[in-house]
Amino acid sequence: MSGHSTYEPKTGFERWLDLRLPIVRMAYDTAIEFPTPKNLNYWWTFGGILAICLMIQIVTGIILVMHYVPHVDHAFQSVERIMRDVNYGWLIRYMHANGASMFFVAVYIHITRNLYYGSYKAPREVLWIIGCVIYLLMMATAFMGYVLPWGQMSFHGAVVITNLLGAFPIVGESITTLLWGGFAVDNPTLNRFFALHYLLPFMIAGLVAMHIWALHVVGNNNPIGVNVKSKEDVVPFHPYYTVKDGFAILVFMLLFAYFVFYNPNILGHADNYIPANPLVTPAHIVPEWYFLPFYAILRAVPDKLGGVLAMFGAIGVLFVLPWLDTSKVRSMRYRPTARLYFFIFLVAAVVLGFCGAKLPDDPVIPGLTSFTVIDADLNSYVWLSRLATLYYFAYFLVITPLLGLTETPLPVPDSISAPVLSHPATTPAGAVASPEKKG
Amino acid sequence: MLRKGIALAALGLALLAGSAQAATHPKEPEKLQWSFEGPFGKFDQAQLQRGYKVYREVCSSCHAMSQVYFRNLGQKGGPFYDSKYPNPNDNPYVKALAADIQVGDIDSETGDPIQRPATSADHFPSPFPNEAAARGANGGAIPPDLSYISKAREGGPDYIYSLLIGYVNPPAGLTIQPGQHYNPYFPGDLTASWTGKGHVPQGGVLAMPPPLSPDRVTFDDGTRSTVAQQSRDVAAFLAWAAEPKMEERKSFGLAAMIYLLILTGLVYASYRRIWRNVAH
Ligand code: HEC
Ligand code: HEM
Repeated sequence: MSGHSTYEPKTGFERWLDLRLPIVRMAYDTAIEFPTPKNLNYWWTFGGILAICLMIQIVTGIILVMHYVPHVDHAFQSVERIMRDVNYGWLIRYMHANGASMFFVAVYIHITRNLYYGSYKAPREVLWIIGCVIYLLMMATAFMGYVLPWGQMSFHGAVVITNLLGAFPIVGESITTLLWGGFAVDNPTLNRFFALHYLLPFMIAGLVAMHIWALHVVGNNNPIGVNVKSKEDVVPFHPYYTVKDGFAILVFMLLFAYFVFYNPNILGHADNYIPANPLVTPAHIVPEWYFLPFYAILRAVPDKLGGVLAMFGAIGVLFVLPWLDTSKVRSMRYRPTARLYFFIFLVAAVVLGFCGAKLPDDPVIPGLTSFTVIDADLNSYVWLSRLATLYYFAYFLVITPLLGLTETPLPVPDSISAPVLSHPATTPAGAVASPEKKG
Repeated sequence: MLRKGIALAALGLALLAGSAQAATHPKEPEKLQWSFEGPFGKFDQAQLQRGYKVYREVCSSCHAMSQVYFRNLGQKGGPFYDSKYPNPNDNPYVKALAADIQVGDIDSETGDPIQRPATSADHFPSPFPNEAAARGANGGAIPPDLSYISKAREGGPDYIYSLLIGYVNPPAGLTIQPGQHYNPYFPGDLTASWTGKGHVPQGGVLAMPPPLSPDRVTFDDGTRSTVAQQSRDVAAFLAWAAEPKMEERKSFGLAAMIYLLILTGLVYASYRRIWRNVAH
């Protein structure tokens, strides 16, 4: 993909600059001329959507910082002041708070897209790993951001999560003390979380640049998962994908605007409008929705350290996925068996999300007591989480490696331009998995 | 075979996850119709004025609202907004309401603590000098600041309304400590104080005595002053206090939505046009 630039400087100044700093050439090659498979569907628009989300968070975040006071005695009131007295402060704050949720909606769709179409496989492993690091940093950023308004959930969420790190042997206690800046979550904790919450988004921005760089070395994957073979297979990024991404971004903005203007607090927890009080613990501490599956995995393991390891392992396993997957076929369009297991995986992830929001000992089917296994009734959210956690890990560690070796994939088209239908001799009936979804 | 089994199991899991949980939950708040609901909803100014009166004459003896300034009362969307006075600090009604209230200050000559009439730039004063005093006067519980209470409780105005009208005599078999009051809408767990037969009653006990009674407040617009009316009006007032910029937000949102919709349509049309000759 790289190596052949068709940029031609038009003006004298561009020629002069091009010999000294070919920055216009770089922009042209990445955003205008970049050859892009012509069969990308709407699942491919979420990369652009994510870039917009990051920009929105950074711009609104910097404006918030101009009015926010990072001190335990003032943080909550300063956020209220932003919403009441700063001109359009309500807009900035609601955009930032709901923007974080929208960011996660987009990143989860983006990751799901990669899993389904096998975009993590060679030669895109580094691209995928950079993406995993971005996701990890996003979670750290959102967690620390949620602490800043210093409401009840901010404070007690911070206590629960930082305490987890104490479970690590030997180093655990030093890490928590370092994070807290003392021996409990207090003003120093708020201050360092604030500093890090400001820093991490810019590290994310740097990684996004590397992510795009890596993308432009290997090129886009596409819904059939077959490499680009000829000029017939591609169109220049601009105007074809600028306009398609632009349309998708606008639809996404409509959803975003619905939350910001008409339902700005629906994704948050009411308790975070109660100023933090270390002496009063909320009846039910729940993290933001985007952490719930991992929270459920954490609580599924009866041992504290084991739970923490499982929680981090659930993300860690993504990093090695390119080497766990033994199938040569990228797109699950041609892997009906893998597709089935994948959809169960998605169900398991959603079930984990539900479990994360519930009290572990509550019954799943109300009023039914079955029998106690180990430490809890089988009819409880903790056991449902255990089941789903087991499937989560089995999917990556057992099913994915074995499937590649045992399944028989459907015939894969020769190229993006030559649809599989033009080879009737090799195509069993019904082999083309929903060709209407291509565009 | 295996695949079918797994699919069924997955379906089962999904169904299980959807069903609700059971525990000792308080009674669901009554669902009311509010003028400020929905994308075009606006506050009912007369209702906000009545609600302010309920707060001022009843609740303010225990509850602070330190995020609300007298000037807010005269802001756009507020209870005493008057288009003749775009700057609420000029609004004579707001000035008069503020001047009715005494706030603490320091005498700039002598440095002695004094009381003076409030101005539009003051926030609503707290009824207690400090937390200990608030606790002492309320059987150990602090009356929470009501500025943002409407956002800080699940159910918002519906919950506050239900709580205020919800006080009933405790069912026989429920032991209530002195200074505590039973309310089926207040979240709590009554298992420990329940000696009656059957299920533990819903709700909990709180330190706030039933604050309202018929004709406790006389409404200037002649509205009948029932407990339900007072509760509804003060709940609406608290919803405004928690989101004083709600009307601005929704009208801004309408413009933003229209703009985005038109732009989305235009970009979609360009998309169809640009891609019309590409087989994909
Ligand atoms: C006699 C003092 C007093 C008066 C008058 C009073 N309250 Fe309260 N209120 C309290 C106390 C004390 C609490 C804390 C109760 C507890 O936590 O046990 C409270 C709690 C509340 C709560 C929070 C309940 C919860 O979910 O935690 C609301 C809402 C409330 N009051 C509204 C009002 C309104 C509206 C009025 C005026 C109509 C009012 N109160 C008048 C003393 C009072
Ligand atoms: C990856 C990008 C970012 C994410 C995911 C993110 C996420 C969050 C979240 C979830 C909150 C809590 C919102 C709430 O419930 O009140 C928050 C608050 C905050 N963030 Fe960010 N943020 C990001 C970038 C930034 C940046 C770049 C800045 C500043 C330069 C910033 C400054 C703030 C401030 C000052 C607050 C406290 C105000 C408030 O709570 O509304 N954020 N952030």
